[in-house]
Amino acid sequence: MPAADLDSFSLLLVYSAMAVYTLAFIAYAVDVARRSAVRSVPAAARELVGAGGPTSATGPDPSAPLAPALPGRGARIGFTLTVLAWVLHLGGALLRGLAAGRVPWANMYEFALTGVAVIVGVFVLSRLWKDLNFLGVFMTGIAVVFLGTATVNYYVAPTPLPPALQTYWLVIHVFVATLATGLMGLGTGLSVLQLIKERRDNGFLRSLPTPVQLEDLAYRVGVIGFIFWTFTLIAGAIWAEHAWGRYWGWDTKEVWTFVIWVIYAGYIHARATRGWRGSRSAWLQIIGFTAIIFNFTIVNQFFTGLHAYSGL
Amino acid sequence: MSPSSSAGPGPERAPSDAAASDDAASFNDTASSNDPMRPDDHVDAPAPAPRSGSGPKLGPLGWFRFFWRQLTSMRTAIVLLLLLAVGAIPGSLVPQRSSDPNGVLQVRAENPDLVWLYDALSLHEVYSSPWFSAIYILLFTSLVGCVIPRLAHHWKAMRAKPPRTPARLSRLVGFQTVPGDASDLDRAERSLRKLGYRTARYGDSVSAERGYLRETGNLLFHIALLAMILVVGLGSGFGYSGQRLIVEGRSFANTLSSYDTFDSGQWFDGASLPAFSVQLDDLEVVYETENPNAIGAPLDFTAHLSVTEDGAARGEQIKVNEPLAIDNADLYLISNGYAPRISVRDAEGTVVYDEYTPFLAQDDLMTSLGVMKLPGGLDEQLGLRGFFYPTAGQLDTGAFTSVYPDLAYPLLSLQAFTGDLGLDAGVPRSVYALETDEMTQIAGGDSGTDALTLELGQTAEIPGGLGTITFEDVRRYGVIEVHVDYTQIAVFWIAMTIVVSLLGSLLIPRRRLWVKAAGGRLELAGLARGEDPALERAVDELAKRLGGDGERRASEGDAAADAVNPVGPGRRE
Ligand code: HEM
Repeated sequence: MPAADLDSFSLLLVYSAMAVYTLAFIAYAVDVARRSAVRSVPAAARELVGAGGPTSATGPDPSAPLAPALPGRGARIGFTLTVLAWVLHLGGALLRGLAAGRVPWANMYEFALTGVAVIVGVFVLSRLWKDLNFLGVFMTGIAVVFLGTATVNYYVAPTPLPPALQTYWLVIHVFVATLATGLMGLGTGLSVLQLIKERRDNGFLRSLPTPVQLEDLAYRVGVIGFIFWTFTLIAGAIWAEHAWGRYWGWDTKEVWTFVIWVIYAGYIHARATRGWRGSRSAWLQIIGFTAIIFNFTIVNQFFTGLHAYSGL
Repeated sequence: MSPSSSAGPGPERAPSDAAASDDAASFNDTASSNDPMRPDDHVDAPAPAPRSGSGPKLGPLGWFRFFWRQLTSMRTAIVLLLLLAVGAIPGSLVPQRSSDPNGVLQVRAENPDLVWLYDALSLHEVYSSPWFSAIYILLFTSLVGCVIPRLAHHWKAMRAKPPRTPARLSRLVGFQTVPGDASDLDRAERSLRKLGYRTARYGDSVSAERGYLRETGNLLFHIALLAMILVVGLGSGFGYSGQRLIVEGRSFANTLSSYDTFDSGQWFDGASLPAFSVQLDDLEVVYETENPNAIGAPLDFTAHLSVTEDGAARGEQIKVNEPLAIDNADLYLISNGYAPRISVRDAEGTVVYDEYTPFLAQDDLMTSLGVMKLPGGLDEQLGLRGFFYPTAGQLDTGAFTSVYPDLAYPLLSLQAFTGDLGLDAGVPRSVYALETDEMTQIAGGDSGTDALTLELGQTAEIPGGLGTITFEDVRRYGVIEVHVDYTQIAVFWIAMTIVVSLLGSLLIPRRRLWVKAAGGRLELAGLARGEDPALERAVDELAKRLGGDGERRASEGDAAADAVNPVGPGRRE
């Protein structure tokens, strides 16, 4: 099949994925609304659930479902739709790669396409380990908004790689960066919920884990993201050394990678500091992720530098 | 588990992370000198004693200790880290001398009113500015102050036995009992050892601890950061980098005088340049010709070189991601462009100028700008400035533009000026800029005469009967950067240390387990030192090994568990 056709199919899959993500979002939202309507769970019912869940009342057992409320039908439908959308989405990314004859993360459109697939993938696969379905609204919302933005604003037809990108470092450095972004995005979702939950605890929020549980989880996910980010930074330096003759030159993109890394180091310290653990440290994770999004959108498009690969 | 069995004393605890420390009894039981040493405001450090009144007056030493404490606190580290992040941002907003010297000139030309501000705040060299240096020097001072005591402490802790078994295990995480008595303790100890724990016997109990590598990793990580800063600083002090533009067929020797630009550190020794010379035989550029969305996109740059070293010549090549190592120097192909060969003859037909002149590319399609200066040879000084188009096309306005970056229809379009080139005044002038203030334009622009437009091989008259100009030939040139950094390998290994120690520090759980013979059964419980999501599982695991079924029962350990559980057992008795 000619590359142009592959690319049209890829786009078709991406649009379908966006449609299904939207449906999943609606299902999750309906679920949230339904749970909000249940003003307060009767104490007896809660106890039943607490005692009935296998080990749900014995502390941080990772295999235990986090949200002890009965999974709503909406949430189950939402999750199924999310998985379906994700498969379509992966197909879209795969075809895009085939159309371009290389990894599908070499310009902003592709980076967003793959990055969102990774974010959703982390969410979907984490199901094997922990029930994070309460993040469904957040995750599918992000997927729809980011994919929409990417296809509308960043789409470019596939083009060959400029010489500087023709190296396995593209595969390693950029993919690890998307992984880090995905994990930090998930961690940020948890941090946001933690902050909301700290301020109010009514309606649907009642069904969420406690702020402390959310914080622990946000931290674990964020820290794995941080490890990948550290790796991104170092791999980027090695690559820069090969391509530009120096491993660190304070190019704009390097500056922002560094800034994000340092913010996250601050976050990790804050988590371990009396008076900072809790909402203050959660804010730091949110700020760190905001810096990632800023780096990807504003810095890519409007700042000058050597990393001129937006493809726009 | 049965909710009614939790008979924890005290009021219902609000779910909070302070569970461990506000339960003073169990905490003091279990905190020990084995614990990694932490700054005072670390969540694992013992809670500070409440301030009493005004406190004693501090002497000079007291003040010093007070400030040192502040500087080496976690809070200060956070604030300094955030300052470092914020402080790095201006360098991405304002062009930096090191990475974008042209941008610096442009910004200063465009904002003459702000130049003083740029200079006062060192905004064009943020990363070597006093204020940025102050932030990171403070941060690393704090780091040293933080790490050294911890290092000494950890050294001792590594040699110490696991701490005493707490009096009551029932308040700790994962508390459970399995059948057995004191005679099973040997077996328990063996199991724990096999699981990688360090063990000690205290009466009828085994105390075990593992995960010392977590603290080792953490310390190594912070020390490696320090080493990184020092080594990078040293590297830039001894190393150098120089750039040289070479036209195909030409060569240059690795000596200071042959570089167009040269930067070196303060301890750089000019005699240390390795002796070699490099000739650019051919610069091969491949452009996309098929993909309709990317016609003309560069696909490959290869510089084919002849390197002469110790009298022997050999063929080598440089590609974009494949630098060439010669001796301790690395050679990179930084950029490339076209150098048209232009000759000028005077009115009698004598050649007065014949050179390859590098033109600088202005866009992706290689529309290139160049300047030629002829101070002598003709009746008047002559300056030429104009564009080279590798494949010329014409816009609707009649202006030329390049439509493809390779050489399909090369064209030169030059403006000519006569008058004073300003070369005699002794002021250094860029070879890429023509000062036309003291000159009269005789071709192109508003001069009333067309610009001199030349296809390859064509000759044109220079207005005013000065002579003729010929576009003889065109070659490519490459800009080669020679870079020496003696610390590269060290930096690489430090970076690897950073990654590995970070992994250890974040992922290795540090925990204690206890097995105690009491009341005809074995009691088991654990305690996390730092983040440890799997502690409870570890206790269950041990219980299974010791013959239990891993199911906790009759536990008082729920108190700790409740603290991290949302909807715990609904009521307590
Ligand atoms: C150069 C700046 C610094 C950076 C980039 C940095 C980075 C980090 C990172 C990434 C961690 C988490 C990984 C690990 O545990 O190894 C960490 C942990 C830690 N850092 Fe730093 N650090 C810096 C300076 C400091 C300073 C000045 C202090 C002293 C106050 C400090 C004290 C600690 C402590 C006690 C931990 C362990 C936290 C825990 O218990 O989880 N760090 N640091």
